[in-house]
Amino acid sequence: MKNGRDPVIVGLADAPIEDGKFVTKASVLGHAALVAKAAVEEAGLTLDDVDGLLTAGMWGVPGPGQLATVTLGEYLGIMPTYVDGTNIGGSAFEAHVAHAAMALREGYCEVALIVYSSDQKSLRSRNLGGRPSVLSMQHETPYGMPTPVGGYAMAAQRHMHEYGTTSENLAEIAVATRKWAQLNPAATRRDPLSVDDVLSSTMISEPLHLLDCCLVTDGAGAIVMTTAERAKDLKTKPVAVKGYGEAHTHWAIGEMPDLARLLPAQKAGETAMKMAGVSHSDIDVVEVYDSFTITVLLTLEALGFCKIGEGGDFVSGQRTAPGGAFPMNTNGGGLSALHPGMYGMFLLIEATRQLRGVCGDRQVAGAETALVHGTGGTLSSGATVILQKD
Amino acid sequence: MSTDKPLPVIDHDSAPYWQAAHEGRLDIPLCGDCGKHHFYPRAICPHCHSDNLKFDTVSGRGEVHTFTIARRPAGPAFADDVPYVVALIELEEGPRMMSRIQTDDPEKVHIGAEVEVTFVKATDEITFPYFRMT
Repeated sequence: MKNGRDPVIVGLADAPIEDGKFVTKASVLGHAALVAKAAVEEAGLTLDDVDGLLTAGMWGVPGPGQLATVTLGEYLGIMPTYVDGTNIGGSAFEAHVAHAAMALREGYCEVALIVYSSDQKSLRSRNLGGRPSVLSMQHETPYGMPTPVGGYAMAAQRHMHEYGTTSENLAEIAVATRKWAQLNPAATRRDPLSVDDVLSSTMISEPLHLLDCCLVTDGAGAIVMTTAERAKDLKTKPVAVKGYGEAHTHWAIGEMPDLARLLPAQKAGETAMKMAGVSHSDIDVVEVYDSFTITVLLTLEALGFCKIGEGGDFVSGQRTAPGGAFPMNTNGGGLSALHPGMYGMFLLIEATRQLRGVCGDRQVAGAETALVHGTGGTLSSGATVILQKD
Repeated sequence: MSTDKPLPVIDHDSAPYWQAAHEGRLDIPLCGDCGKHHFYPRAICPHCHSDNLKFDTVSGRGEVHTFTIARRPAGPAFADDVPYVVALIELEEGPRMMSRIQTDDPEKVHIGAEVEVTFVKATDEITFPYFRMT
């Protein structure tokens, strides 16, 4: 049943990048501010209308980034009365949509702004390998596992052992995703890619090759949410947030309950789809976090698009490529479009654009319902959002 | 073993574990209520949440649950080790722990391989439990 306080997405923006780097000269917070301003203005709002502020990032730590919403609110010159700095890795923004939806329903805020920004490529600062060797990490960091890729490699190895999944299966995902990127002028990598190219690329952490891994780029994005009632007066056609779910299990990879099954995605997906009242056959377009090819395979299985262990077959024959039966990661994903550290924001932006029908050559015809699933940490957290054309 | 590698920052939870490793034993917490071992050491049991825990010397035997061969190092400190095998070992007693597999031939490592602990001194204070195939 429809309610005036049902949460909807009414604004979005992302920063232009070229060769993986920001085009505009601004600090990491400057880029956050520029996309925030563009996203609210697209909806016909101003930053002064924002009373809910949600963000997560890796900038300014230690330092002002430790209180990320506070620092960002200060930079924007606003005084939010609902804030959420939940950081569960790259899936944080799917969780933010869930939390904003609840705050909007509850009347705790009227206009929620979700923002992410990273200049990791420009700063050449990508360094997740140096997880300080304290607390749980004292039992992992000293052994020199390349992070984060090593944890994903261990999951891939286990999946191959249990289910016979092959490197070719994983490469199919990278190739299909590249074909989507070739249809997206904003994507970073658009040159042709074959399964052989993936298999002959440098081995990083067995069994994952360089081209099984996402890009390292800059990026900034913002989403504006409000209520269905408020959206009636705004400039954009709202996209409804119909369901959401989240879960996490571990941070240390040694603590992952089952290396071949993505339990957070299973839990979050079930919760979100039940809330939205949709089944798998209702989903027209799927945007799932592709930090590595194996991430996608585990996610599709956990979300129930195929049986556990059958992900390899499911993605075979370029099934997820343009024109395939299962349109997925239609902007070119983290593998080929952009991956500024915490990519989940851009899954939401692409899904919303698909439902708005503004994706040009890569538009999925008749897309009315989208599933977005973010994964964060090292297969640690999962958050699902179901979006629907209003 | 080069000493510019990251070393564990020992805390109250982990001190008995690292002390035991220093003395050539693999000691991990055992729950006096549910009877299960766990790793890494905590102040409460992650299985049943009891705080009735003591350190127990375990067999040091287990099998490779999964692994990766690092063809690129986790930072410059590990560059001389490449290629090296980082693995999750499933101990006979149940818990899994990350470690290295000591081997001259990384390609021989496989899931299910039986392993036993071997202690590798890093500094005067720190000794790491590594594993080798049996």
